[in-house]
Amino acid sequence: MASSDGLALHVSLPAIRLGGRAILGAARLDVAAGRLTALLGPSGVGKSTLLRLLAGLLPLPPGARVTTGDGRPLQGRVAWMGQQDLLLPWLDLIGNVALGARLRGERPDLDRARALIAAVGLAGREGARPAQLSGGMRQRAALARTLMEDRPIVLMDEPFSAVDAPTRHRLQGLAAGLLRGRTVLLVTHDPLEALRLAHRILVLRPAPDGAVAEEQPMPPGEPLRPAHEPAVLAAQAALLERLAEAV
Amino acid sequence: MRPLLAALGLLLIWEGFVRWSEVPPFLLPSPLRVADVLWRRWEILWPHAVTTGTEILLGLALGTLLGCATALLLAAWRGGRRWLLPLLVASQAIPVFAIAPLLTLWLGFGLGSKIAMATIIIFFPVATAFYDGLRRTEPGWLDLAATMGASRRAALWRIRVPAALPGLASGLRVAAAVAPIGAVVGEWVGASAGLGYVMLQANGRSQTDVMFAALTLLAGMAMALWFATDRLLRALLPWQPDQLSEDTEKGRPS
Repeated sequence: MASSDGLALHVSLPAIRLGGRAILGAARLDVAAGRLTALLGPSGVGKSTLLRLLAGLLPLPPGARVTTGDGRPLQGRVAWMGQQDLLLPWLDLIGNVALGARLRGERPDLDRARALIAAVGLAGREGARPAQLSGGMRQRAALARTLMEDRPIVLMDEPFSAVDAPTRHRLQGLAAGLLRGRTVLLVTHDPLEALRLAHRILVLRPAPDGAVAEEQPMPPGEPLRPAHEPAVLAAQAALLERLAEAV
Repeated sequence: MRPLLAALGLLLIWEGFVRWSEVPPFLLPSPLRVADVLWRRWEILWPHAVTTGTEILLGLALGTLLGCATALLLAAWRGGRRWLLPLLVASQAIPVFAIAPLLTLWLGFGLGSKIAMATIIIFFPVATAFYDGLRRTEPGWLDLAATMGASRRAALWRIRVPAALPGLASGLRVAAAVAPIGAVVGEWVGASAGLGYVMLQANGRSQTDVMFAALTLLAGMAMALWFATDRLLRALLPWQPDQLSEDTEKGRPS
Protein backbone atom coordinates (compact mmCIF):
# COMPACT_ATOMS: atom_id res chain seq x y z
CA MET A 1 0.00 0.00 0.00
CA ALA A 2 2.93 2.34 0.66
CA SER A 3 3.35 3.98 -2.70
CA SER A 4 5.39 6.88 -1.29
CA ASP A 5 8.76 6.07 0.08
CA GLY A 6 9.81 7.56 3.35
CA LEU A 7 11.49 10.87 3.48
CA ALA A 8 14.08 11.89 6.04
CA LEU A 9 13.20 14.84 8.21
CA HIS A 10 15.68 17.16 9.90
CA VAL A 11 14.33 19.58 12.44
CA SER A 12 16.30 22.25 14.17
CA LEU A 13 14.36 24.42 16.57
CA PRO A 14 15.34 27.41 18.66
CA ALA A 15 14.04 27.50 22.22
CA ILE A 16 10.30 28.01 22.03
CA ARG A 17 8.43 30.05 24.58
CA LEU A 18 4.67 30.28 24.69
CA GLY A 19 3.23 32.96 26.93
CA GLY A 20 6.53 33.45 28.72
CA ARG A 21 6.91 29.74 29.49
CA ALA A 22 9.65 27.65 27.94
CA ILE A 23 7.96 24.91 25.90
CA LEU A 24 10.85 23.38 24.02
CA GLY A 25 14.55 23.84 24.43
CA ALA A 26 16.72 24.44 21.42
CA ALA A 27 16.58 21.02 19.84
CA ARG A 28 17.83 19.06 16.87
CA LEU A 29 15.79 16.14 15.75
CA ASP A 30 16.57 13.84 12.86
CA VAL A 31 13.88 11.45 11.77
CA ALA A 32 15.22 8.68 9.58
CA ALA A 33 13.58 8.00 6.23
CA GLY A 34 11.11 5.12 6.18
CA ARG A 35 11.53 4.55 9.90
CA LEU A 36 9.22 4.94 12.85
CA THR A 37 10.58 7.27 15.51
CA ALA A 38 8.72 7.33 18.82
CA LEU A 39 8.72 10.40 20.99
CA LEU A 40 7.98 9.97 24.69
CA GLY A 41 8.01 12.28 27.65
CA PRO A 42 5.91 13.55 30.53
CA SER A 43 2.71 15.45 29.84
CA GLY A 44 3.16 19.09 28.98
CA VAL A 45 6.77 18.68 27.92
CA GLY A 46 6.05 19.85 24.38
CA LYS A 47 5.63 16.64 22.41
CA SER A 48 2.36 17.74 20.90
CA THR A 49 3.70 21.23 20.25
CA LEU A 50 6.54 19.74 18.27
CA LEU A 51 4.15 17.60 16.27
CA ARG A 52 1.82 20.52 15.60
CA LEU A 53 4.76 22.62 14.41
CA LEU A 54 5.71 19.92 11.93
CA ALA A 55 2.11 19.45 10.82
CA GLY A 56 1.92 23.14 10.00
CA LEU A 57 -0.77 23.74 12.60
CA LEU A 58 1.45 26.19 14.44
CA PRO A 59 3.65 28.73 12.67
CA LEU A 60 7.33 27.83 12.77
CA PRO A 61 9.13 30.20 15.14
CA PRO A 62 11.82 32.41 13.62
CA GLY A 63 15.11 30.59 13.44
CA ALA A 64 13.50 27.18 13.08
CA ARG A 65 14.66 25.00 10.23
CA VAL A 66 12.76 22.01 8.94
CA THR A 67 14.36 20.28 5.98
CA THR A 68 13.53 17.07 4.20
CA GLY A 69 15.73 14.42 2.67
CA ASP A 70 15.07 15.62 -0.87
CA GLY A 71 15.40 19.31 -0.08
CA ARG A 72 11.82 20.20 -1.04
CA PRO A 73 9.50 21.85 1.45
CA LEU A 74 7.60 19.79 3.97
CA GLN A 75 4.27 21.46 3.32
CA GLY A 76 1.67 19.20 1.77
CA ARG A 77 3.69 16.03 2.41
CA VAL A 78 2.52 15.30 5.93
CA ALA A 79 -0.42 13.24 7.13
CA TRP A 80 -1.63 13.76 10.67
CA MET A 81 -3.44 11.42 13.02
CA GLY A 82 -4.60 12.68 16.38
CA GLN A 83 -5.63 11.23 19.70
CA GLN A 84 -9.33 11.40 18.80
CA ASP A 85 -10.51 9.70 15.68
CA LEU A 86 -11.96 13.02 14.44
CA LEU A 87 -14.38 11.24 12.14
CA LEU A 88 -17.11 13.57 10.89
CA PRO A 89 -20.41 12.27 12.27
CA TRP A 90 -22.43 13.29 9.21
CA LEU A 91 -20.29 11.34 6.73
CA ASP A 92 -20.30 7.59 6.32
CA LEU A 93 -17.11 5.58 6.63
CA ILE A 94 -16.05 5.88 3.01
CA GLY A 95 -16.85 9.61 3.03
CA ASN A 96 -14.61 10.04 6.07
CA VAL A 97 -11.77 8.03 4.58
CA ALA A 98 -11.96 10.03 1.36
CA LEU A 99 -12.32 13.36 3.17
CA GLY A 100 -8.93 14.82 2.15
CA ALA A 101 -9.63 14.75 -1.59
CA ARG A 102 -13.08 16.30 -1.11
CA LEU A 103 -11.59 19.10 1.01
CA ARG A 104 -9.05 19.84 -1.70
CA GLY A 105 -11.76 19.85 -4.35
CA GLU A 106 -10.37 16.73 -6.02
CA ARG A 107 -12.25 13.65 -7.14
CA PRO A 108 -11.65 11.00 -4.47
CA ASP A 109 -10.25 7.62 -5.50
CA LEU A 110 -13.05 5.53 -4.05
CA ASP A 111 -11.50 2.21 -5.08
CA ARG A 112 -8.41 3.03 -3.07
CA ALA A 113 -10.59 4.14 -0.16
CA ARG A 114 -12.42 0.80 -0.29
CA ALA A 115 -9.14 -1.09 -0.44
CA LEU A 116 -7.83 0.77 2.61
CA ILE A 117 -11.06 0.18 4.50
CA ALA A 118 -10.61 -3.51 3.76
CA ALA A 119 -6.96 -3.31 4.82
CA VAL A 120 -7.93 -2.01 8.26
CA GLY A 121 -10.51 -4.79 8.54
CA LEU A 122 -13.67 -2.76 8.04
CA ALA A 123 -14.81 -4.16 4.69
CA GLY A 124 -18.59 -4.17 4.46
CA ARG A 125 -18.99 -1.18 6.79
CA GLU A 126 -18.37 1.48 4.13
CA GLY A 127 -21.83 2.96 4.55
CA ALA A 128 -21.80 3.04 8.35
CA ARG A 129 -21.82 6.34 10.19
CA PRO A 130 -19.16 6.83 12.91
CA ALA A 131 -21.80 6.56 15.64
CA GLN A 132 -22.48 2.99 14.49
CA LEU A 133 -18.84 1.96 14.94
CA SER A 134 -17.03 0.96 18.13
CA GLY A 135 -14.09 2.96 19.46
CA GLY A 136 -11.57 0.53 17.99
CA MET A 137 -13.31 0.54 14.61
CA ARG A 138 -13.36 4.32 14.58
CA GLN A 139 -9.62 4.42 15.23
CA ARG A 140 -9.08 1.96 12.38
CA ALA A 141 -11.14 4.25 10.18
CA ALA A 142 -8.93 7.16 11.23
CA LEU A 143 -5.89 5.08 10.32
CA ALA A 144 -7.38 4.35 6.89
CA ARG A 145 -8.06 8.07 6.40
CA THR A 146 -4.45 8.86 7.35
CA LEU A 147 -3.13 6.29 4.86
CA MET A 148 -5.53 7.55 2.20
CA GLU A 149 -3.64 10.83 2.20
CA ASP A 150 -0.64 8.83 0.94
CA ARG A 151 1.99 11.19 2.33
CA PRO A 152 5.63 10.20 2.84
CA ILE A 153 5.62 11.53 6.40
CA VAL A 154 3.04 10.56 9.00
CA LEU A 155 2.74 12.39 12.31
CA MET A 156 0.82 10.54 15.00
CA ASP A 157 -0.20 12.13 18.28
CA GLU A 158 -1.07 9.36 20.75
CA PRO A 159 -3.17 7.69 18.08
CA PHE A 160 -4.25 4.68 20.14
CA SER A 161 -4.51 6.18 23.62
CA ALA A 162 -8.31 6.44 23.57
CA VAL A 163 -8.98 2.71 23.14
CA ASP A 164 -8.75 -0.21 25.57
CA ALA A 165 -5.54 -2.23 25.93
CA PRO A 166 -6.41 -5.30 23.80
CA THR A 167 -7.80 -3.09 21.02
CA ARG A 168 -4.66 -0.97 21.23
CA HIS A 169 -2.53 -4.08 20.92
CA ARG A 170 -4.35 -5.16 17.75
CA LEU A 171 -4.26 -1.65 16.30
CA GLN A 172 -0.50 -1.48 16.85
CA GLY A 173 -0.04 -4.67 14.87
CA LEU A 174 -2.23 -3.32 12.09
CA ALA A 175 -0.52 0.08 12.03
CA ALA A 176 2.98 -1.43 12.00
CA GLY A 177 2.17 -3.33 8.82
CA LEU A 178 0.35 -0.52 7.04
CA LEU A 179 2.84 2.22 7.90
CA ARG A 180 5.89 0.22 6.83
CA GLY A 181 8.13 2.23 4.55
CA ARG A 182 6.84 5.61 5.63
CA THR A 183 8.62 8.09 7.86
CA VAL A 184 6.59 8.15 11.03
CA LEU A 185 6.94 10.34 14.08
CA LEU A 186 4.82 8.82 16.84
CA VAL A 187 4.08 10.67 20.05
CA THR A 188 2.99 8.26 22.77
CA HIS A 189 2.66 7.86 26.51
CA ASP A 190 2.92 4.11 26.34
CA PRO A 191 6.49 2.69 26.61
CA LEU A 192 5.39 -0.71 25.33
CA GLU A 193 3.76 0.86 22.28
CA ALA A 194 7.00 2.68 21.49
CA LEU A 195 9.09 -0.47 21.99
CA ARG A 196 6.85 -2.60 19.79
CA LEU A 197 6.47 -0.12 16.93
CA ALA A 198 9.55 2.08 16.81
CA HIS A 199 12.95 1.80 15.19
CA ARG A 200 14.17 4.54 17.47
CA ILE A 201 12.92 6.09 20.70
CA LEU A 202 13.50 9.62 21.90
CA VAL A 203 12.52 10.85 25.35
CA LEU A 204 11.79 14.54 25.79
CA ARG A 205 13.09 15.48 29.21
CA PRO A 206 12.15 18.78 30.85
CA ALA A 207 15.09 21.09 31.47
CA PRO A 208 15.25 24.68 32.75
CA ASP A 209 15.35 26.07 29.20
CA GLY A 210 12.69 23.76 27.81
CA ALA A 211 12.69 20.10 26.93
CA VAL A 212 15.66 18.21 25.55
CA ALA A 213 15.41 15.06 23.42
CA GLU A 214 17.41 12.05 24.61
CA GLU A 215 18.09 8.89 22.67
CA GLN A 216 17.04 5.59 24.30
CA PRO A 217 18.64 2.17 23.90
CA MET A 218 16.49 -0.19 21.80
CA PRO A 219 15.92 -3.90 22.28
CA PRO A 220 17.24 -6.09 19.44
CA GLY A 221 15.07 -6.95 16.47
CA GLU A 222 12.90 -5.02 14.08
CA PRO A 223 9.37 -3.81 14.74
CA LEU A 224 6.77 -5.16 15.20
CA ARG A 225 8.43 -6.62 18.31
CA PRO A 226 6.46 -9.19 20.28
CA ALA A 227 5.20 -7.85 23.58
CA HIS A 228 6.20 -10.99 25.50
CA GLU A 229 9.88 -11.00 24.52
CA PRO A 230 12.09 -10.66 27.64
CA ALA A 231 14.30 -8.00 26.03
CA VAL A 232 11.22 -5.91 25.19
CA LEU A 233 9.82 -6.32 28.67
CA ALA A 234 13.14 -5.37 30.27
CA ALA A 235 13.38 -2.33 28.01
CA GLN A 236 9.82 -1.40 28.91
CA ALA A 237 10.67 -1.44 32.62
CA ALA A 238 13.83 0.61 32.02
CA LEU A 239 11.96 3.11 29.85
CA LEU A 240 9.16 3.44 32.40
CA GLU A 241 11.71 4.25 35.10
CA ARG A 242 13.43 6.68 32.80
CA LEU A 243 10.11 8.45 32.19
CA ALA A 244 9.24 8.49 35.88
CA GLU A 245 12.59 10.20 36.58
CA ALA A 246 12.04 12.69 33.80
CA VAL A 247 9.11 14.42 35.47
CA MET B 1 -51.05 9.47 23.37
CA ARG B 2 -50.35 10.73 26.88
CA PRO B 3 -50.28 14.44 25.91
CA LEU B 4 -53.67 13.99 24.23
CA LEU B 5 -55.12 12.44 27.37
CA ALA B 6 -53.66 15.25 29.48
CA ALA B 7 -55.21 17.84 27.16
CA LEU B 8 -58.56 16.03 27.30
CA GLY B 9 -58.41 16.00 31.10
CA LEU B 10 -57.70 19.72 31.15
CA LEU B 11 -60.67 20.38 28.86
CA LEU B 12 -62.91 18.30 31.12
CA ILE B 13 -61.83 20.29 34.19
CA TRP B 14 -62.45 23.52 32.27
CA GLU B 15 -65.94 22.39 31.17
CA GLY B 16 -66.74 21.26 34.70
CA PHE B 17 -65.54 24.51 36.19
CA VAL B 18 -67.66 26.60 33.79
CA ARG B 19 -70.78 24.52 34.54
CA TRP B 20 -70.21 24.50 38.29
CA SER B 21 -69.36 28.20 38.70
CA GLU B 22 -71.82 29.43 36.05
CA VAL B 23 -69.31 31.99 34.74
CA PRO B 24 -71.01 34.05 32.03
CA PRO B 25 -69.78 33.01 28.55
CA PHE B 26 -68.42 36.47 27.74
CA LEU B 27 -65.93 36.00 30.60
CA LEU B 28 -65.03 32.37 30.01
CA PRO B 29 -66.80 30.22 27.41
CA SER B 30 -66.87 26.48 27.96
CA PRO B 31 -64.80 24.27 25.62
CA LEU B 32 -67.99 22.83 24.11
CA ARG B 33 -69.23 26.29 23.26
CA VAL B 34 -65.86 27.15 21.67
CA ALA B 35 -66.02 23.94 19.64
CA ASP B 36 -69.53 24.85 18.53
CA VAL B 37 -68.42 28.32 17.38
CA LEU B 38 -65.43 26.80 15.63
CA TRP B 39 -67.80 24.48 13.75
CA ARG B 40 -70.48 27.05 12.85
CA ARG B 41 -68.11 29.88 11.88
CA TRP B 42 -65.55 27.70 10.12
CA GLU B 43 -66.31 29.36 6.75
CA ILE B 44 -65.38 32.73 8.23
CA LEU B 45 -62.49 31.64 10.40
CA TRP B 46 -60.68 29.46 7.87
CA PRO B 47 -59.70 32.23 5.39
CA HIS B 48 -58.30 34.24 8.30
CA ALA B 49 -56.31 31.22 9.42
CA VAL B 50 -54.92 30.89 5.89
CA THR B 51 -53.84 34.54 5.97
CA THR B 52 -52.07 34.15 9.30
CA GLY B 53 -50.53 30.85 8.19
CA THR B 54 -49.15 32.50 5.04
CA GLU B 55 -47.64 35.28 7.13
CA ILE B 56 -46.04 32.79 9.48
CA LEU B 57 -44.58 30.57 6.76
CA LEU B 58 -43.28 33.45 4.64
CA GLY B 59 -41.82 35.10 7.75
CA LEU B 60 -40.22 31.82 8.75
CA ALA B 61 -38.68 31.35 5.30
CA LEU B 62 -37.42 34.92 5.07
CA GLY B 63 -36.17 35.08 8.65
CA THR B 64 -34.36 31.77 8.27
CA LEU B 65 -32.75 32.86 5.02
CA LEU B 66 -31.60 36.20 6.44
CA GLY B 67 -30.49 34.60 9.71
CA CYS B 68 -28.40 31.95 7.93
CA ALA B 69 -26.86 34.51 5.59
CA THR B 70 -25.92 36.76 8.50
CA ALA B 71 -24.41 33.88 10.48
CA LEU B 72 -22.35 32.79 7.47
CA LEU B 73 -21.19 36.33 6.86
CA LEU B 74 -20.15 36.70 10.49
CA ALA B 75 -18.32 33.38 10.43
CA ALA B 76 -16.56 33.85 7.10
CA TRP B 77 -15.63 37.50 7.30
CA ARG B 78 -13.58 38.72 10.22
CA GLY B 79 -14.64 42.34 9.74
CA GLY B 80 -18.25 41.24 10.03
CA ARG B 81 -17.71 40.17 13.58
CA ARG B 82 -16.32 43.56 14.54
CA TRP B 83 -18.84 45.69 12.66
CA LEU B 84 -22.03 43.64 12.50
CA LEU B 85 -22.15 41.64 15.72
CA PRO B 86 -22.44 44.60 18.15
CA LEU B 87 -25.14 46.06 15.90
CA LEU B 88 -26.99 42.76 15.86
CA VAL B 89 -26.94 42.48 19.64
CA ALA B 90 -27.94 46.14 20.09
CA SER B 91 -30.85 45.66 17.69
CA GLN B 92 -32.26 43.08 20.06
CA ALA B 93 -32.50 45.68 22.82
CA ILE B 94 -35.39 47.25 20.87
CA PRO B 95 -38.57 45.30 21.62
CA VAL B 96 -40.11 44.09 18.39
CA PHE B 97 -43.56 45.01 19.67
CA ALA B 98 -42.50 48.64 19.92
CA ILE B 99 -41.68 48.86 16.22
CA ALA B 100 -44.85 47.06 15.10
CA PRO B 101 -46.74 50.34 14.56
CA LEU B 102 -43.82 51.67 12.52
CA LEU B 103 -43.84 48.58 10.31
CA THR B 104 -47.56 49.04 9.70
CA LEU B 105 -46.93 52.70 8.89
CA TRP B 106 -44.19 51.83 6.39
CA LEU B 107 -45.51 48.61 4.89
CA GLY B 108 -49.25 49.11 5.15
CA PHE B 109 -52.09 47.04 6.55
CA GLY B 110 -51.53 44.08 4.22
CA LEU B 111 -49.35 40.99 4.46
CA GLY B 112 -46.10 42.95 4.15
CA SER B 113 -45.96 44.40 7.65
CA LYS B 114 -46.87 41.05 9.29
CA ILE B 115 -44.30 39.13 7.29
CA ALA B 116 -41.70 41.73 8.24
CA MET B 117 -42.70 41.37 11.89
CA ALA B 118 -42.43 37.56 11.81
CA THR B 119 -39.14 37.82 9.90
CA ILE B 120 -37.61 40.13 12.50
CA ILE B 121 -38.72 37.92 15.38
CA ILE B 122 -37.37 34.75 13.69
CA PHE B 123 -34.16 36.24 12.40
CA PHE B 124 -32.37 36.58 15.72
CA PRO B 125 -32.70 33.05 17.16
CA VAL B 126 -31.75 31.58 13.79
CA ALA B 127 -28.75 33.88 13.29
CA THR B 128 -27.37 33.44 16.81
CA ALA B 129 -27.90 29.67 16.97
CA PHE B 130 -26.26 29.11 13.58
CA TYR B 131 -23.41 31.52 14.28
CA ASP B 132 -22.77 29.87 17.63
CA GLY B 133 -22.63 26.51 15.88
CA LEU B 134 -20.24 27.86 13.27
CA ARG B 135 -17.92 29.22 15.94
CA ARG B 136 -17.87 26.06 18.00
CA THR B 137 -16.52 23.65 15.46
CA GLU B 138 -14.46 20.90 17.07
CA PRO B 139 -10.91 22.33 16.75
CA GLY B 140 -9.54 18.88 15.89
CA TRP B 141 -11.67 18.75 12.73
CA LEU B 142 -10.28 22.09 11.58
CA ASP B 143 -6.71 20.95 12.37
CA LEU B 144 -7.32 17.81 10.37
CA ALA B 145 -8.70 19.85 7.47
CA ALA B 146 -5.66 22.12 7.63
CA THR B 147 -3.23 19.20 7.42
CA MET B 148 -5.23 17.89 4.46
CA GLY B 149 -4.67 21.15 2.63
CA ALA B 150 -8.25 22.44 2.76
CA SER B 151 -8.88 26.05 1.83
CA ARG B 152 -10.76 28.29 4.26
CA ARG B 153 -13.76 28.06 1.97
CA ALA B 154 -13.68 24.26 1.84
CA ALA B 155 -13.30 24.07 5.62
CA LEU B 156 -16.30 26.39 6.01
CA TRP B 157 -18.63 24.51 3.65
CA ARG B 158 -17.53 20.95 4.26
CA ILE B 159 -16.80 21.08 7.98
CA ARG B 160 -18.02 24.15 9.81
CA VAL B 161 -21.44 24.40 8.14
CA PRO B 162 -22.43 20.72 8.55
CA ALA B 163 -21.07 20.79 12.10
CA ALA B 164 -23.24 23.83 12.85
CA LEU B 165 -26.45 22.32 11.44
CA PRO B 166 -27.57 20.85 14.80
CA GLY B 167 -27.16 24.33 16.30
CA LEU B 168 -29.14 25.83 13.44
CA ALA B 169 -31.80 23.18 14.00
CA SER B 170 -32.34 24.25 17.60
CA GLY B 171 -32.56 27.84 16.41
CA LEU B 172 -35.17 26.80 13.87
CA ARG B 173 -37.20 25.02 16.54
CA VAL B 174 -37.26 28.22 18.58
CA ALA B 175 -38.12 30.18 15.43
CA ALA B 176 -41.02 27.87 14.64
CA ALA B 177 -42.35 28.42 18.14
CA VAL B 178 -42.13 32.23 18.08
CA ALA B 179 -43.14 32.80 14.45
CA PRO B 180 -46.91 32.92 15.24
CA ILE B 181 -46.24 35.63 17.86
CA GLY B 182 -44.72 37.87 15.21
CA ALA B 183 -47.62 37.44 12.81
CA VAL B 184 -50.33 37.94 15.44
CA VAL B 185 -48.71 41.00 17.00
CA GLY B 186 -48.47 42.44 13.51
CA GLU B 187 -52.19 41.82 13.04
CA TRP B 188 -53.10 43.39 16.36
CA VAL B 189 -51.40 46.63 15.44
CA GLY B 190 -53.38 46.99 12.24
CA ALA B 191 -54.83 44.54 9.79
CA SER B 192 -57.94 43.69 7.84
CA ALA B 193 -57.51 39.92 7.93
CA GLY B 194 -55.92 37.15 9.95
CA LEU B 195 -56.62 35.42 13.25
CA GLY B 196 -55.12 38.29 15.26
CA TYR B 197 -57.56 40.64 13.55
CA VAL B 198 -60.47 38.27 14.30
CA MET B 199 -59.45 38.11 17.96
CA LEU B 200 -59.27 41.89 18.22
CA GLN B 201 -62.70 42.32 16.59
CA ALA B 202 -64.28 39.60 18.74
CA ASN B 203 -62.78 41.13 21.87
CA GLY B 204 -64.31 44.49 21.02
CA ARG B 205 -67.73 42.88 20.70
CA SER B 206 -67.38 40.69 23.81
CA GLN B 207 -67.56 37.59 21.60
CA THR B 208 -65.17 35.74 23.86
CA ASP B 209 -66.13 32.38 22.35
CA VAL B 210 -65.03 33.56 18.89
CA MET B 211 -61.80 34.77 20.42
CA PHE B 212 -61.20 31.39 21.94
CA ALA B 213 -62.07 29.69 18.65
CA ALA B 214 -59.46 31.84 16.84
CA LEU B 215 -56.98 31.13 19.62
CA THR B 216 -57.60 27.39 19.28
CA LEU B 217 -56.94 27.57 15.55
CA LEU B 218 -53.77 29.58 16.13
CA ALA B 219 -52.51 27.17 18.77
CA GLY B 220 -53.25 24.23 16.49
CA MET B 221 -51.33 25.86 13.66
CA ALA B 222 -48.41 26.76 15.91
CA MET B 223 -48.18 23.21 17.25
CA ALA B 224 -48.46 21.68 13.79
CA LEU B 225 -45.68 23.99 12.59
CA TRP B 226 -43.44 23.08 15.51
CA PHE B 227 -43.92 19.33 15.12
CA ALA B 228 -43.48 19.49 11.36
CA THR B 229 -40.25 21.46 11.81
CA ASP B 230 -38.99 19.08 14.45
CA ARG B 231 -39.74 16.01 12.34
CA LEU B 232 -38.18 17.50 9.26
CA LEU B 233 -35.02 18.50 11.10
CA ARG B 234 -34.67 15.08 12.66
CA ALA B 235 -35.07 13.41 9.28
CA LEU B 236 -32.49 15.74 7.74
CA LEU B 237 -29.91 15.39 10.53
CA PRO B 238 -30.01 11.69 11.39
CA TRP B 239 -26.55 11.77 12.98
CA GLN B 240 -27.58 14.37 15.52
CA PRO B 241 -28.40 12.95 18.94
CA ASP B 242 -30.85 15.41 20.46
CA GLN B 243 -32.64 15.28 23.77
CA LEU B 244 -36.09 15.37 22.26
CA SER B 245 -35.73 12.18 20.28
CA GLU B 246 -33.84 10.32 22.99
CA ASP B 247 -36.91 8.76 24.56
CA THR B 248 -38.16 7.32 21.32
CA GLU B 249 -34.75 6.26 20.00
CA LYS B 250 -33.70 4.29 23.05
CA GLY B 251 -35.55 1.11 22.32
CA ARG B 252 -34.60 1.08 18.68
CA PRO B 253 -31.58 -0.94 17.56
CA SER B 254 -29.23 1.04 15.37
